[in-house]
Amino acid sequence: MLKVIDTAVPIACWSCSIGHNDSTLFCPHCSKIQPPPGGDYFQVFGLERAFQVDLAALEHEFHRLSRKVHPDRFARAGEIERQWSLADTALLNDAYRTLKEPLNRTEYLLKLEGAEIGEEHAGKDRKGQKDPSRVPADLLEEVFELNMQLEEMRMARKMGATDPDLQASLEQAKRKFDGLLVEVDQSLRRQWQVWDEGDAAARHSVQKTMVALLDRRRYLNNLVRDVTETLGA
Amino acid sequence: MAESTLNGRVVGIDLGTTNSLVAYMQGDTPVVIPGVDGLNLVPSVVALDPIPVEGGRPSVTVGNTARKALIETPERVIYSVKRLMGRGLEEIQDELKLFPFRLADDVEAGEVPRIRLGEMKFTPPEISAYILRQLKRNAERFFGSPVTQAVITVPAYFNDAQRQATKDAGRMAGLEVLRLVNEPTAAALAYGLDRAKVGTIAVYDLGGGTFDISILKLRDGIFEVQSTNGDTHLGGDDIDNLLLTIGLDEIHAEHGVDLRRHPAAVQALRKAAIDAKIALSTQQEAYFDIELPNGDRYQREISRAGFELLIEPVLERTAGPCKQALADAGITPQQIDEVVLVGGSTRIPAVRQLVDDLFHLAARGKKPQIELNPDEVVALGAAVQADILAGASKSTEEMLLLDVTPLSLGIEALGGTVARIIQRNSTIPASATEHFTTGVEGQTNVAIHVVQGERELAKDCRSLARFDLRGIPPMSAGLPRIEVRFLIDADGILQVTAREQRSGQQANIEVKPTYGLTDEQVESMILDSFDNAEEDFAARLLIEARNEAETILAAVDRAPENPAWERLSGEEQAAIASARDRLAAVNLGENLSAIREATLALDHATRRFAELMMDAAVTTAIRGKTMDAAGEDMGHEVTAPHPMAAAEFK
Repeated sequence: MLKVIDTAVPIACWSCSIGHNDSTLFCPHCSKIQPPPGGDYFQVFGLERAFQVDLAALEHEFHRLSRKVHPDRFARAGEIERQWSLADTALLNDAYRTLKEPLNRTEYLLKLEGAEIGEEHAGKDRKGQKDPSRVPADLLEEVFELNMQLEEMRMARKMGATDPDLQASLEQAKRKFDGLLVEVDQSLRRQWQVWDEGDAAARHSVQKTMVALLDRRRYLNNLVRDVTETLGA
Repeated sequence: MAESTLNGRVVGIDLGTTNSLVAYMQGDTPVVIPGVDGLNLVPSVVALDPIPVEGGRPSVTVGNTARKALIETPERVIYSVKRLMGRGLEEIQDELKLFPFRLADDVEAGEVPRIRLGEMKFTPPEISAYILRQLKRNAERFFGSPVTQAVITVPAYFNDAQRQATKDAGRMAGLEVLRLVNEPTAAALAYGLDRAKVGTIAVYDLGGGTFDISILKLRDGIFEVQSTNGDTHLGGDDIDNLLLTIGLDEIHAEHGVDLRRHPAAVQALRKAAIDAKIALSTQQEAYFDIELPNGDRYQREISRAGFELLIEPVLERTAGPCKQALADAGITPQQIDEVVLVGGSTRIPAVRQLVDDLFHLAARGKKPQIELNPDEVVALGAAVQADILAGASKSTEEMLLLDVTPLSLGIEALGGTVARIIQRNSTIPASATEHFTTGVEGQTNVAIHVVQGERELAKDCRSLARFDLRGIPPMSAGLPRIEVRFLIDADGILQVTAREQRSGQQANIEVKPTYGLTDEQVESMILDSFDNAEEDFAARLLIEARNEAETILAAVDRAPENPAWERLSGEEQAAIASARDRLAAVNLGENLSAIREATLALDHATRRFAELMMDAAVTTAIRGKTMDAAGEDMGHEVTAPHPMAAAEFK
């Protein structure tokens, strides 16, 4: 993805050729807009890497930076300025979109830290779910039962029949999995805090836990979606 | 580019399915610019004039005059062309059944469809360009200076191809399109201008041919779109078609006349259907009364209740997108502070009732926002955005619009599934980087298929582009690492760049749109070049001034026939004659200001004659009315009973 650099590298402004700090959006000498700075999404907002983010402050900074770099501010500028405004704003928007949403942020930071995360695309999720090796061990029995019921329900629907018992049972299952999702989110938040406040060793140990929690969350989420779709069909 | 172009005005254009408008920012208020007929709405109707000029560009008429031709020469007129913008042959089959679009028969699959108009053929962007050119001219006439930059609105749910087609139309009309703005967002800008609002608003936009719903968060001048949804083929046209179908079927059953074979009669019935629809927004019943080609009359009453029952399925189709937009924004209907209604179809009481139900308005003591004219609000908002882009105004300097992409962007993966790389409702500009590799030893090309839409399979989504990454250095299978960057720009249009990372070589990619015009095709269809705007404009002003001069000269030449002429003194008659000769002389030359001055001088010299003539006309024609009322009557006429056409320039 993005190259990660620790310290700012001095580069030259495209317009006035005077060297400047890589992390700057505007040349300190001629004030012209610069190409997207290197660094990760956190650096875009001047933040340290952390799982816990002050969302109100993030939004405020997003709006402040948008006002400065948005293409609307450069509609009648030269071609180079328009090009960098577009690139800078795309980076800003991508960064904001990733950081404001807790799961995207968690996945993104884990990847930055070198963690291996399985599935990326929503389109692949469904197939992943059918893979029995990915079923969390403690849920194997229930998931097996649930899939049977879902199949039964779909068949019943096709035949135009209703089965109130089955319906009630599925609704109960949905409530249970919803509850499990809440539990996963709570555990994730606890791990966030451990990571944000811990040293390298502590971070290393919770990273694995978080990857597992994300997997579990994705799995549960797909289950709930399937149940909701079947119930609502 | 000339300095004056950079500093020229940026206008806001609403290029609608039914009507189009152009507006600008007058101080801190957006204002619609009227056309030559004094009306704000320019019907989006284009008519090919009866006798095309030999060898030259075809001569076309746009707007109300074109609409009149719809009844007399329907085969030379086109309307609702927006429905065809950016769409392929197989996508428009449904439209062809409902609209009298006459497709050219030599169009091949994958080509931009061409529409027959009389003996000529045009692509949809060309037709739209004629409408845009008319709006551009209206603005130029109004300002007295060239207009070369514009903001054009598009339905929020327009896809990449439809947006590109709109931009192409702008270029053909000699306009640099500084931004495409989504219609509901533009409406929000128009509403949010004079109040520093904080809150969440929904814009429900049911126009002639498209439906959009957008949910925005307003804060400190920032208009941040949270989600948008819609249907690009749902609008007032569908309602008209329901009424039309009833009429056609009943006429066939009761009178044995198949009106479908009489295009002019179908147009007359369509007009009656539209009139009935409009009447039913304020009355409990409306009537059809049509004379049929066989001399029979088709008469029918339509009650509002019956009408509402008829259109319920159409209106119900707006509910799904509204619910999806709320879900995507992660809010409940109760969290919407205000609902803004846009588009002529929102005048229908049943639509307002539906909106009320969807957003629980009455239950919360609220009403939908309808203060701004729903036909004009989008153009007014476009003018606000134009002002923001011009960057020279205090009233909009704190405003910024952050819009989103309405549809997810994906690439076709193995097995025809879609791998989404940019989710719908992502703030634009937005980008995604993907890596590709080869599957075969020594492979030098990789094909990528980009699609837009929410469906799981690529074949169910809109195909945006197929392109090849070419010139990959031959390596073992799986070794090349090609980085492809997809970027949706602020207009909602996709840009693609790629490079091979292992060899550090910039891959030579060709981006070939699945549909749409090539740059060369667009170039060849340009109506007015904006590079030559200054010269073109000067030439046009000269032509207009000469026409003006010809008109007044012809009137003066007929003056002695009028009894009022004898009432002028000899000196007055001589003054007119000398002013006449002076104008006739300069009108042969190229000097614009001399022609204008001489025209004004002649107009001035004939003023008393004009008054005498008018007195006579008034006393004979408007007996029994007060002078005030008579004056008002004349003021409203497009052609006031003034014998001399008044010179219109300053």
